[in-house]
Amino acid sequence: MSSQSQTQQTGVGLTPSDQTMLGRTASGLFWMMRYLERMENTARLVDAGFRMSLTRSRTQRSEWESVLTTSSATQAYLKTHDDFRTDSVVEFLVCDRDNPGSIRSSLAEARQNARMTRTALTIDTWEAVNGAWLQLNIALDNYKGKQELPELLFQIRQQAALVRGTMNGTMLRNDIFRFMELGAMIERADNTARILDTKYYVLLPSSASVGSPLDHVQWEMILRCASAERSFHWLHGGDISAAAIVNFLVHDIRLPRSIAFCYKTIRTTLAEMKANSEASNAALDMAILHNDHINGSSSETIIGFGLHEFLIDLIARNSELSAQIETSYRFQP
Amino acid sequence: MTKPLVFFDEMLGPDGEVRPAYKDYDAVVAGVDKAELLKKSAEAERFFRKKGITFNVYGDTDADERLIPFDIVPRIISAREWKKIQRGIEQRVKALNAFLHDIYHRREIIRAGHVPASLIDNNEAFLPQMIGVDPPGGIYTHIVGTDLVRTGPDEFYVLEDNARTPSGVSYMLENRETMLRMFPELFSRVGVENVSDYPMMLRQSLAASAPPACTGKPTIAILTPGVHNSAYYEHAFLADQMGVELVEGGDLRIVDGRVAMRTTCGFQPIDVLYRRVDDDFLDPLTFNPESMLGVPGIFDIYRAGGITITNAPGTGIADDKALYSYMPDIIKFYTGQEPILKNVQTWRCADKDSLAYVLDNLAQLVVKEVHGSGGYGMLVGPAASRAEIKAFRAKLIANPRNYIAQPTLALSTVPVLTKAGLAPRHVDLRPFVLVSSKSISVVPGGLTRVAMTEGSLVVNSSQGGGTKDTWVLTDE
Repeated sequence: MSSQSQTQQTGVGLTPSDQTMLGRTASGLFWMMRYLERMENTARLVDAGFRMSLTRSRTQRSEWESVLTTSSATQAYLKTHDDFRTDSVVEFLVCDRDNPGSIRSSLAEARQNARMTRTALTIDTWEAVNGAWLQLNIALDNYKGKQELPELLFQIRQQAALVRGTMNGTMLRNDIFRFMELGAMIERADNTARILDTKYYVLLPSSASVGSPLDHVQWEMILRCASAERSFHWLHGGDISAAAIVNFLVHDIRLPRSIAFCYKTIRTTLAEMKANSEASNAALDMAILHNDHINGSSSETIIGFGLHEFLIDLIARNSELSAQIETSYRFQP
Repeated sequence: MTKPLVFFDEMLGPDGEVRPAYKDYDAVVAGVDKAELLKKSAEAERFFRKKGITFNVYGDTDADERLIPFDIVPRIISAREWKKIQRGIEQRVKALNAFLHDIYHRREIIRAGHVPASLIDNNEAFLPQMIGVDPPGGIYTHIVGTDLVRTGPDEFYVLEDNARTPSGVSYMLENRETMLRMFPELFSRVGVENVSDYPMMLRQSLAASAPPACTGKPTIAILTPGVHNSAYYEHAFLADQMGVELVEGGDLRIVDGRVAMRTTCGFQPIDVLYRRVDDDFLDPLTFNPESMLGVPGIFDIYRAGGITITNAPGTGIADDKALYSYMPDIIKFYTGQEPILKNVQTWRCADKDSLAYVLDNLAQLVVKEVHGSGGYGMLVGPAASRAEIKAFRAKLIANPRNYIAQPTLALSTVPVLTKAGLAPRHVDLRPFVLVSSKSISVVPGGLTRVAMTEGSLVVNSSQGGGTKDTWVLTDE
């Protein structure tokens, strides 16, 4: 690790291959991990939605609708469907080749990006991505209906974990790794913000009117989408409040799916980047700015002044940073 | 001409006895259960899938990526046979380079009357822009894959020279990897020449061809048309094995008189570009203006000595099948020797008498397009239906210059493993040659392509052909 050697290199007069990488390769690594992360989060989201549809059939429509909203897919869905039946929504979010946000499409994109950059990956990492693609495609082709859904979603999360595991266990800690890490964290921050945003009304002071407990199933769904229900209970015991959940998912740097954790990682990763130059410092400056913004707003203020507005702003900041990374490191001609 | 072809089997003699080259192999494998072999075969296929050793087929929407069938019975060549092949290929490659230099410079072979000027000047693979250009080290064809077929105990013919951008070397290497994994015990019992240092040899060979503008250690890159190209796996594989960048046209730009790649820290010049795109797509400013695969302006940099392009632009003319028919003369002219490897008799349909003969004998001949490759657009007379022959005849009459014809060769067979046991299938052989100003190296091995369908003589992977590991035995 080279956290102390990050001081400004001026980018010119490079060569050692540890420093240089094609901009297109950086882009492929970054997007491979964004898609992989997206796939994994969509699997979590569908899992949570499925559970709610099982336990609360009368609200089925709104649950699946909110799941689609989180994936920014409601409009596209309604073009080809006119109800929110579990089977149709699951088919659309998981298997549909024509839905660019489906698990199948994200997986194909992740693998295609890995294929483009396979010379930068370790053999283990490439084989993990390729293996995930092969196995999950077989599983998706054989998927027969909702009785198999939990098993399918489990496999998806497991394959994603396998890729991250081989990546962590075999890849050099150089810029190749850093671009992958950035992609994963940018995507994860976005997804966590979206999960919260879809449910922000549950956490509003008006709906959680003083004294009335939060809707148990609703908050469980939020936590479940971030695989955080167990951790939350462990840390907070029975003390469940809107502020505690927001604080946990936004601010708690111990939680690897919290926005603060993602930004802490993004910030350190950008600072360690070997390919840093004056131009690429713009990305680091922006990350620092956003990171400070996140940490500077307490959950009470966020809820008081508008959780939705805070999250919308955060999603915009996040995609702005993603675009800045792409520019700074010359992803595109 | 119509008498049935007799095929030479490389493993088994006419009485079923095992030929000498296969004796050691057979001693190990003969005792192995067929079911066990079939299991290994399935295992090999899974291995290829897992590693993503696949190719894309043009015009095939159904499956984007296919595996080339791999057969686990090796194709074995004795040390003595190999020596002859090796010398023959070296001779041919030397002659090819001399020929290419000559036709782009003084054109002595034309003046001497061995090759007609029209064949060169009217050839679309001839690049007038290359006239007078001296490629670094004087080498045109750095990487060659000569296609050979065998018809008898001591009869090897060169079928094609593939001096442009031969592919398949990754399969030579991966096939060996797979065999080593599946049958480690075989390699301890049979002495087989090593092929695995090909990527390092290639790297050295490319580095030895650095352009005048290169000052330090040469920066090498492979130029690929992209992830959708049928040979993308090979491009990525070679880049990986050599430890060089794999670039696309969109990654490159001319910066300060050099061809440079866009990296995360800015543009970095490239010294040697191993291009896997055709001449026509190399530079939209000089060649096909529609091309999105190349680099605008690269040709000017090349001429000014700012970059080495391998193989050199304009080498494609050596792959012309009409020119092929002149190879014996070309070899004699530049080396002063008789060709060591035979050429297949070839009728140039541009020639009136030849055309008449070909039209009369279509059912016995193989007819190919002069610029064709991959087994596309060819007619195998003995295997074709009447309707196919009739349709081909019309094409031939319409544009005779576009075709050559050859007798149907009795391609040798090597057994493949089928569900019913071993069965003979036709094969060819593509050894790989690396050329630099310092040396010519023929890698002891190559790609054996095998027609997986019984009786078929077409071995191309685009037509369903498979591959085998190719063993050259060590000299005891």
